[in-house]
Amino acid sequence: MQYKDTSDLEISLLLEAIYRKHGYDFRQYSQAHIRRRIMNRMAISGFADVSQMQSKVLNDEEFASELLQDLSITVTEMFRDPTFYQSLREKVIPILKTYPFIKIWHAGCATGEEAYSMAILLQEEGLYDRTTIYATDFNQLALNRAKEGIFSNKMIKEYTVNYQLSGGKESFSSYYTSSYDNVIMNQSLKKNIVWANHNLVTDSVFAEVNLILCRNVLIYFDKNLQNSVQTLFYNSLINGGVLCLGSKESLRYSDLYSEYQEMDNKQRIFKKKY
Amino acid sequence: MRYEAIVIGVSSGGMNVLKIISAALPTDFKIPIIVVQHVGAHSDSQWIQLLNEKSNLHVKEADEKEKIENGKIYFAPPNYHLLIEKDKTFSLTIDERVNFARPAIDVLFESAAEAYRNKLIGIVLTGSNNDGTKGIKRIKECGGLTIIQDPKTAESPYMPMSVLTAIEPDHILSIENIIAFLIKLK
Repeated sequence: MQYKDTSDLEISLLLEAIYRKHGYDFRQYSQAHIRRRIMNRMAISGFADVSQMQSKVLNDEEFASELLQDLSITVTEMFRDPTFYQSLREKVIPILKTYPFIKIWHAGCATGEEAYSMAILLQEEGLYDRTTIYATDFNQLALNRAKEGIFSNKMIKEYTVNYQLSGGKESFSSYYTSSYDNVIMNQSLKKNIVWANHNLVTDSVFAEVNLILCRNVLIYFDKNLQNSVQTLFYNSLINGGVLCLGSKESLRYSDLYSEYQEMDNKQRIFKKKY
Repeated sequence: MRYEAIVIGVSSGGMNVLKIISAALPTDFKIPIIVVQHVGAHSDSQWIQLLNEKSNLHVKEADEKEKIENGKIYFAPPNYHLLIEKDKTFSLTIDERVNFARPAIDVLFESAAEAYRNKLIGIVLTGSNNDGTKGIKRIKECGGLTIIQDPKTAESPYMPMSVLTAIEPDHILSIENIIAFLIKLK
């Protein structure tokens, strides 16, 4: 492959270095996004060019882990897109109610806000006791924070609004305890969440599940990688299982589109055909 | 055709000028236009449909991985950053807000500058923050053409004025003259 722009070549080599030294594979991520993150880090850390960062990534563990955090997006919210959660309650919960045991996979859970949202929703629907939520991410620091379940109270007002708009049945404040500038999520929400390190790019199927949520993760991947992750999801779902994507993510261009039935096209909820 | 794409950044006061611009461009206006308008996270996309109804061109929200086509006006979806890849397709991200905004003008402009280099026109219109300043500077560095709305004619002059602190734009024009300028390009 020829590179017109030297910095494109340097970025490609840097991603290769990260993969071969540290095992994290960003080579099939959307390039404009990766470039933006790398250029930001370059400016903050005062490097003259991307090649300088490469030597640092190979020889300095601390810098490498910093860069890894830059490349991993952990922006998330509780009950992000309330209309999605409404649809989940109306259309997906009735299906889940027909199963004696329920397994849910939150792929790319970051710091866990959406997994806690799911636990709350299931508790309100009387399903949580027979559910296991596998919440996975490749970012161990984010997972550690998710496990703690401690969030800044700055966001709580927004989360409360989201929760109410999503059709929440209780007072949102009954799900956490305030402590100084933070809130601590109730222990009862954590009991059936299994937090695990899993990389969608390099790891494979680990369970057969009834429901997969992977929202605003695939937008960062190129088409090839999107297709291979879609195959992973397809192979992880039972027949009749449900796949939920982010509101701007589509299955339509995926090779597997015809294997699903649209349950809610606007909210991007799909059911695997029998 | 010298230019292959036009990016527009606009914030408060934007709806009025966007209505005027999208209604004024003729059917045979080929250069694709990509717009970041600051909107609330929960905004539905009704207003895009309204603009589409009044426009000779196809006005739509940008989809991720969508190929950028001539004769279309694309808008960044609410609560997502919009970026342009070098293969002239769109990417969306939910990265942190930039200049308190998502979508942010700088994010679109900087990626568009890398993708289109000197075949890009960047335009900053009315708004009351400084989003777009860094981005239009990058467009200029990459050889693109830069235009701002004449602050005297802008409902909120701060955003185009902020550009003047960073670069000397190629043109400072009223909305009417921006439209006339664009129509002459084709």
